Amino acid sequence: MSDAPLKDPPPADDAAEAESPPGRVRKPIGWSMISILVLVLVCAALVYRRDGADGVIEILTHDLSLFGGILPRVLAGCLLGAFIAEILPHEKVSRSLGPKSGLKGLLIGTAFGAILPGGPFTAYPVAAALLTVGADFGATIALVVSWTLIGYGRAVAWELPIMGTEFTLWRIVISLPLPVLAGAFGRFVYARVYPNGAPE
Amino acid sequence: MSAALLIDILLWGSVAGVGFIAWRRGRTVLVSSLREGSLEFANIMPRIAIGVVGSGYIAAVIPQEIITGWLGPDSGWLGVLTAVIAGAATPGGPVVGFSIGAVALKAGGGPPQVIAYVVAWALFAFQRVILWEIPFMPARFVWFRAAVSVPFPFLAAAIAMAIGKP
Repeated sequence: MSDAPLKDPPPADDAAEAESPPGRVRKPIGWSMISILVLVLVCAALVYRRDGADGVIEILTHDLSLFGGILPRVLAGCLLGAFIAEILPHEKVSRSLGPKSGLKGLLIGTAFGAILPGGPFTAYPVAAALLTVGADFGATIALVVSWTLIGYGRAVAWELPIMGTEFTLWRIVISLPLPVLAGAFGRFVYARVYPNGAPE
Repeated sequence: MSAALLIDILLWGSVAGVGFIAWRRGRTVLVSSLREGSLEFANIMPRIAIGVVGSGYIAAVIPQEIITGWLGPDSGWLGVLTAVIAGAATPGGPVVGFSIGAVALKAGGGPPQVIAYVVAWALFAFQRVILWEIPFMPARFVWFRAAVSVPFPFLAAAIAMAIGKP
C-alpha cells in the first residue's frame, strides 16, 4: 500500500528540479557508487520477496522511463558545467571563491546558489565545475546549501502551494544565515582535517 | 507540463548563452567544452542510471507511515531529533517531503519540529544525495558537506523556537 504514493510523484519531482553542470576528474565508479549499488540490490530483493517479479518489473519500467526523460536535462547540465568551467577565468574564481575569499566568498556562493535556475541537474554540475576551477569546499558548501534551502525554484514550485505562505516565508527567513554558517563551519573543519591542503 | 517546459527552456537557454560566450572566445574553446561536456555526460550516465532505477527500489521498502509517525506532535528536542532523522530518510521528491511536513503541521506537530524536518530533508534527503549529488560531485565533498551540515536543522529549530515563528 505504500507503493503507489512512493513511486509515483517522487521521481518525477526529482526530475523536475534537477539541473547543474558537471565536475571533472572522477573515477567512473567509486566506493560510494558501489555501496549504493549494494543497497539497491538489497532493496530490489526485498521488493521481490514482498511483491514478486511483477513488483520488481513495475518499478523497473517506471524508473527506466523516468531515466529516459531525465537524460536530455543531464546532458544540458553537463554541457552547462563544461562551458562554465571553460569560460570562467580560474584565477578570478579562486580569488572570489577560493580558500582565502573570506566572508565575501561565502556570500557570493550563497547568492549564486539562491539564484541558480533549475533543479539538481543544474546545481550539482555547476557546483562541481566551480570546485574544479578553484572554489574551495567552504564556498561550494555555501552554494549547495543555499540552493537547497533558499533557492527560489523549489520554494515557489512546491513549498508555497503545499506548506502555505506563512510557513514557507518564515522557513526561508530562518534559513537565510545557514548557508554562510555552513560554509564557514566547513572551512573551519576543513582546515583542521586537512591542515596541509587537500589530499589527492 | 508547463513547469517542466519552463525548466527545459531555462536550462537549454542557459546552455545556449554560455555556449555563445564560449564560441565568441574561439572555435577551439567551443569544441573543447562540447567534448568535455559530452565525456562528462557519458561518464555520469551509468551513475544516474543506478540512482534513478535504484532509488525506486529503496523508496519502495521505506513505508511512508513510519516517517509520518515519527513527526508526532510537539515534543521538544527529542521531536527535533526524530524530525531530522525522518527528513533524511524521506524517500521521493519535494511533493512527498513537503506533503509529509504539511500533514505533520496539521496533525499538531510543533512548527520548530516541522522546520527541522523540512531543513533536514533539504540538506540530507537520501534520494537526492544518491541520485544527484554523489554522481555529480566528488564523493569526498559530498560526505564532507553532509557532515558539516548536521548542526543546521537543529539551529533552524532553535531559531524558530526563539522567535516563536512560524
